[in-house]
Amino acid sequence: MLANAWIIALLPLLAFVIIVFFTNRNKKVSSAVSIGAICSSFVLSLIVIASVLKNPVAREFEFTWIDLLGFKIKMGLLIDPLTAVMLFVVCTVSMLVHIYSVGYMEGDPRFSRFFSFLSLFSFSMLGLVLANNFLEIFVFWELVGLTSYLLIGFWFEKKVASDAGKKAFITTRTGDLGFIVGILILTTAAGTFNFRELFHSVEAGHIPFGLLTAGAIFIFAGAVGKSAQFPLHVWLPDAMEGPTPVSALIHAATMVAAGVYLVARTMTIYLAAENAALVVAIIGCFTAFLAASIALVQNDIKRVLAYSTISQLGYMIMVLGLGGFTAGTFHLYTHAFFKALLFLGAGSVIHAVHTNDIWEMGGLYRKMKITATTFIIASLSISGIFPLSGFWSKDEILAVASHFHNPIFLIVATLVAGMTAFYMFRLCFVTFFGKPRDQERFDHAHESPKVMTVPLMVLAFLAVVAGWVGIPWLKHGYSSFVYHHEPHHVEPNFILMIVSTVVALSGIYLAYAMYYKKSISPEKLKAKFGFIYKVLYNKWYFDELYQATIINPLMKLSQFLFARLDVGVVDWLVNGVGNFTVFLSDVKEWFDSHIVDGTVNGLASVTRGMGSGLRRIQTGQLQNYAFVIFFGLVLIILFKLS
Amino acid sequence: MLTGVPAAVFYILAGMILGSAVMVVSLKNVFHSALFLVLTLFGVAGIYILLSAEFLAAVQVLIYVGAITILMIFAIMLTAKLYNAKIKQANEQVIPGIIIVAALLVATIFTLTRTAWKVSDQAAAVESTVGIGRLLLTKYVLPFEVVSVVLLTALIGAIVIARRD
Amino acid sequence: MVGLSHYLTLSAILFGIGIFGVLTRRNAIGILMSIELMFNAVNINFVAFSKFVTPSEFVGQIFAIFVITIAAAEATVGLAIVLLIYRNFKGINVDNVNIMKW
Repeated sequence: MLANAWIIALLPLLAFVIIVFFTNRNKKVSSAVSIGAICSSFVLSLIVIASVLKNPVAREFEFTWIDLLGFKIKMGLLIDPLTAVMLFVVCTVSMLVHIYSVGYMEGDPRFSRFFSFLSLFSFSMLGLVLANNFLEIFVFWELVGLTSYLLIGFWFEKKVASDAGKKAFITTRTGDLGFIVGILILTTAAGTFNFRELFHSVEAGHIPFGLLTAGAIFIFAGAVGKSAQFPLHVWLPDAMEGPTPVSALIHAATMVAAGVYLVARTMTIYLAAENAALVVAIIGCFTAFLAASIALVQNDIKRVLAYSTISQLGYMIMVLGLGGFTAGTFHLYTHAFFKALLFLGAGSVIHAVHTNDIWEMGGLYRKMKITATTFIIASLSISGIFPLSGFWSKDEILAVASHFHNPIFLIVATLVAGMTAFYMFRLCFVTFFGKPRDQERFDHAHESPKVMTVPLMVLAFLAVVAGWVGIPWLKHGYSSFVYHHEPHHVEPNFILMIVSTVVALSGIYLAYAMYYKKSISPEKLKAKFGFIYKVLYNKWYFDELYQATIINPLMKLSQFLFARLDVGVVDWLVNGVGNFTVFLSDVKEWFDSHIVDGTVNGLASVTRGMGSGLRRIQTGQLQNYAFVIFFGLVLIILFKLS
Repeated sequence: MLTGVPAAVFYILAGMILGSAVMVVSLKNVFHSALFLVLTLFGVAGIYILLSAEFLAAVQVLIYVGAITILMIFAIMLTAKLYNAKIKQANEQVIPGIIIVAALLVATIFTLTRTAWKVSDQAAAVESTVGIGRLLLTKYVLPFEVVSVVLLTALIGAIVIARRD
Repeated sequence: MVGLSHYLTLSAILFGIGIFGVLTRRNAIGILMSIELMFNAVNINFVAFSKFVTPSEFVGQIFAIFVITIAAAEATVGLAIVLLIYRNFKGINVDNVNIMKW
């Protein structure tokens, strides 16, 4: 029965095919097909989850895809608690985004195509979480990257959008290069692509430590690219050029979580290669801080959320690097819901006031109650306020960090928690409260249609309660379900809980003071810390750095190669072939006219010559004829005589 | 076999025949040729007598010399333009002709001298005239009559052809 | 000793001379005369054979008579034609009678 779980991934693919080939012109039918597919997948995944809850043992189903004289490549499903969690996250968020898009993308000329891409993405992501071997996961990994490119650059008439799509694809591709190298190293060392067999090899110590570390780090490079960690984080903020449902689905809840999922899935390797795990943790930690710092000063509502995503992903990566399998996946699960909610809410706001700049908004609470309320709920959740889901997951992270021998991680994590709370509520206060900064926009603003607000409410509900499965006092909570090797028993650490709450509340209060009560002036702070502000606002100048050191030299190289190789050599060759062909045909023409025609004409002239020669026999002279007769007679006689 | 005087007569006659024949074919003046033809025909008649064909010799003289040659001389006179002509009478085929004839002669004479003819020594039973008369009216009467018809035809034909109209 | 072969030789030579005349004479009547020579040669042949090979029969001579007769007929018609040629070509130079050609 579970062996048919691949249908969950297949249904959205089917929707994609149907929309592309058949229903592209009919908007209503296309969206219905797409939504129908993902809802069915959702229902099926619930069945899978129920089955896994009953029997949490990991199950695998395989079939041989290619058989080359003994070298077999198998494709299959791996269904265990981690898979179940991911299925739930992906299906739920995808389904809600599908429904939301009906309202958000209304009137767009390429409405059907959008839904086809959403379906294609759902197929890719579901396939990714169901994969049971490195080859398969890599295939879906690339598919996810492709659909991300297609969706980011959906409004490709805008140069900014198409550039963003390219940037996303190229940057993640760079990470994927490392991913491939890592796969090759590990699978060659272990002799198999399959996850479980490979992990057994690792645990049994069959793989040399150096190779293991190298392989782990290279695979992590793929995660760095996909999950927008330092140094490959630069694509995610630009990806906000895509439609907001895309941002919610791909760049908040699912695709970027793929990197986290990858590290979680291959946890065995990282546990065995401690150096690699440390690298992972450091990068995650640094990224969290880096992104949060940039988010403090951004003015585009989606940009703030983008950097927030990077920061939260950093949290997850960091804690996985520290060995917190349960904590990392738990945060992934809760984050998906409140981040998706934040994006969809932002989309609702943008839909209403037609601007992304928060300084053109203000006081929108009065006009968009549902959007505002759900947005604030999500902000509370992400800030880690009791008893919302974010509180529980963030606390677990802090707990794991506190067990590490070096307190640096804990300190940074706590600091980042405070920064998170600050920038989220800065966003809330500026957008929804106070006096409207642009009266015209404010007048036109209105609440979004039900098709958009209902998903917001569903997500808000999840943002509150989804985390409750991980409450430490639960006997059969999340930690007894999703774990690595042994059930992870969470001890409630009250000190940490209190400290984190205090930090969060101070962050919120600071935002309140600066942006609501205006008791602290942001302008004065800006002036005082002018240099720091500039660096933060310009995203630590990463984009400029990359442009100068990598992109410009590459462009120069390719222009050089084009001029020399392409034009000089290749074109010369092609023209040469053309000229040679012309020469050959000239030869052939000469041959044709001289030899062939010569032969034919020659035959004719020989015949004519013989004719004109032979006609001389007919002289008309009687005596000539008589002579010939006698001549013949003599010949016969002589012949007879001899 | 002839010996003695008949043999000499033969050689003289043969010389006359051949000499006259050569004259016939080579003289520029065709009238002179005709005269030499007469001589040749006489010689042939003499040969017939040597061969005990008296009747034939008489016929030869009567018809060949008397009629045919006269006819030819008539024709020559009628086409008198060439009577005195000094045009070269032989055409360009002289040398090839000589060669051909020489070859023919060599071949023929060579053959006939080698052949053993079945010569018999019998003497004639009757005189040739008697014998010929008998044969003509018994065994060969049909060809005889046919020849008469041929002559008639030739006569009519000649008149028709040469008619002036 | 003059035997059969002498007569035959004579006949052959005469015949050859006749052929030579046919091939080389320009005058049409000259050609006819050469043909007469040939006839005569043949006659000598017939009679010689008749005398030496079958003396009791005169078949050879009969043939010779027929030959003479036919020769006469032929000379008649031939000369009639010559007259015609003379009328049409204003001369009896056979070189000019060459319209039976290409």
